Amino acid sequence: MGLTTRSVAEIYAARLQRGMAARWREWGELAIQALLFFAAMVSVFTTLGIVAVLVVEAIPFFQQVSLVEFLTDPQWTPLFAQKHFGILPLVAGTFLTSAVALALAIPVGLLSAIYLSEYAPARVRAILKPALEVLAGIPTVVYGYFALLFVTPLLKRIIPDLETFNALSAGLTMGVMIIPLISSLSEDALYAVPSSLREAAYALGATRLEVALRVVLPAALSGIVASFILAASRAIGETMIVAIAAGQRPILTLDPRKAIETMTAYIVQVSLGDTPHGTLEFRTIFAVGLVLFLFTLVLNLLAMRIIERYREVYR
Amino acid sequence: MEEIVLETKDLTVHYDGRPAIEGVNLKIPRRRITAIIGPSGCGKSTLLRCFNRMNDLIPSARVSGQVFFEGVDLYGPDVDVVEVRRRIGMVFQKPNPFPKSIYENVAFGPRIQGIRDRRKLDEIVERCLRAAALWDEVKDKLHQNALTLSGGQQQRLCIARALATEPEVLLMDEPASALDPIATMKIEDLMRELARQYTIVIVTHNMQQAARVSDYTAFMLAGEDRVGRLIEFGPTQQIFTRPRDRRTEDYITGRFG
Repeated sequence: MGLTTRSVAEIYAARLQRGMAARWREWGELAIQALLFFAAMVSVFTTLGIVAVLVVEAIPFFQQVSLVEFLTDPQWTPLFAQKHFGILPLVAGTFLTSAVALALAIPVGLLSAIYLSEYAPARVRAILKPALEVLAGIPTVVYGYFALLFVTPLLKRIIPDLETFNALSAGLTMGVMIIPLISSLSEDALYAVPSSLREAAYALGATRLEVALRVVLPAALSGIVASFILAASRAIGETMIVAIAAGQRPILTLDPRKAIETMTAYIVQVSLGDTPHGTLEFRTIFAVGLVLFLFTLVLNLLAMRIIERYREVYR
Repeated sequence: MEEIVLETKDLTVHYDGRPAIEGVNLKIPRRRITAIIGPSGCGKSTLLRCFNRMNDLIPSARVSGQVFFEGVDLYGPDVDVVEVRRRIGMVFQKPNPFPKSIYENVAFGPRIQGIRDRRKLDEIVERCLRAAALWDEVKDKLHQNALTLSGGQQQRLCIARALATEPEVLLMDEPASALDPIATMKIEDLMRELARQYTIVIVTHNMQQAARVSDYTAFMLAGEDRVGRLIEFGPTQQIFTRPRDRRTEDYITGRFG
């Protein structure tokens, strides 16, 4: 019996010591953690890499073109003999298409969010919400051709002097594309407002509209504003629709009937064109890309700040 | 004989076709506090919500029978729900102030009634906050967010907000159950004060509270079929000392529930 002289207490105590299996388990945990961390870092490093490339490539550009010229010259003609490097026409083009898009998407998106959250019966909501979100899944190139081949001819019947490529048609189509972004995020914000607030308002004799507009909407306002900002950021960065339907003519105008060129469309034009790499003309796209990146970065940070504040409202 | 403000006749509420309360006949006397007591799930809150038609907000709820308020059947064909809710105010279990300023919370009801005159609103806000025994605590911070107040203060703010529509009846659905004992005591004192001018119906699962504050008590109970019925109604003192029904006695002596 010499082999089994250990007491039960000793056996239980020994089990508390880490054996081989436990060691393997710990290594496994570490490996999984490392893998997950690496996965999370991929997008972070990619973003950092993109920013680095933009900055590195933009530096030689700004050594040849002064920042003052870049920001104030009213002409953008890097691909012509008479070169001007003023980004304002491209910024104006981006601003114009985005403004048209938001002018359509904000009211329609917000109203559909209010309908879905405050008016729609549960069954209607269950069908309509995913249906709206499908709009966001349509490839933007399809939207682009839709704008050029359907929306523009339609608009031409109402506005005869509309150019074939124009900011209006591209902007409106882009607006349709970002409606689901606004309606979905705004609806989330509205729906998250505690129903106890709605009950309180109803119990004071408020009508459905008063409950929606005076209680739920203000309580969800920061989430809604954040959705507008994200939509704006999306509109500014949108490329395909404007490249196809808005034109490639960088002129400084705020007339939506005219052909214009956005920052994104310009980058497409140069990177797909025959401009030789390494030249000043080619480097313009990094300068434009940097500006574009800064615009969307600022908007996204702003939206994040607003959403954070919104989270603190209900404890 | 007491003057009757609210009266239910054979009131039955179904949720999804299943009865929750059945055949309730109850008379609520004016300027008195009536407590509705009973174990969880006996339909106290459902009954309370019939008085200001809050059950309308639940799509699956069906109300049959009648609720007379000042002689008018609240479930009659031409009744304006908005007007009903202005004249029969409600305070909820969990304080639910709007995430607006203290002032705007109280001014909400008058504003949706179309009162825009600043001086009139100021006057209403002060009067209601005083009536809710909150004025002294908040008079210097009327434009602060209501969510910065303590739970007890928030609940008194909700009472002030309900008073601002000048109701005749105040419905209170376990108004102190989320509050600490001191805040609860303040609410109870306030209720006694308010009963000089208003009719109060309070739902409570706290029997001591019912005994402390109410003039009349209604005892509800759900049977084996899980359908809530009114078992007994009478002056609070009688219900707690000489209940007529065996089940009432069992409940108030703590034998179940």
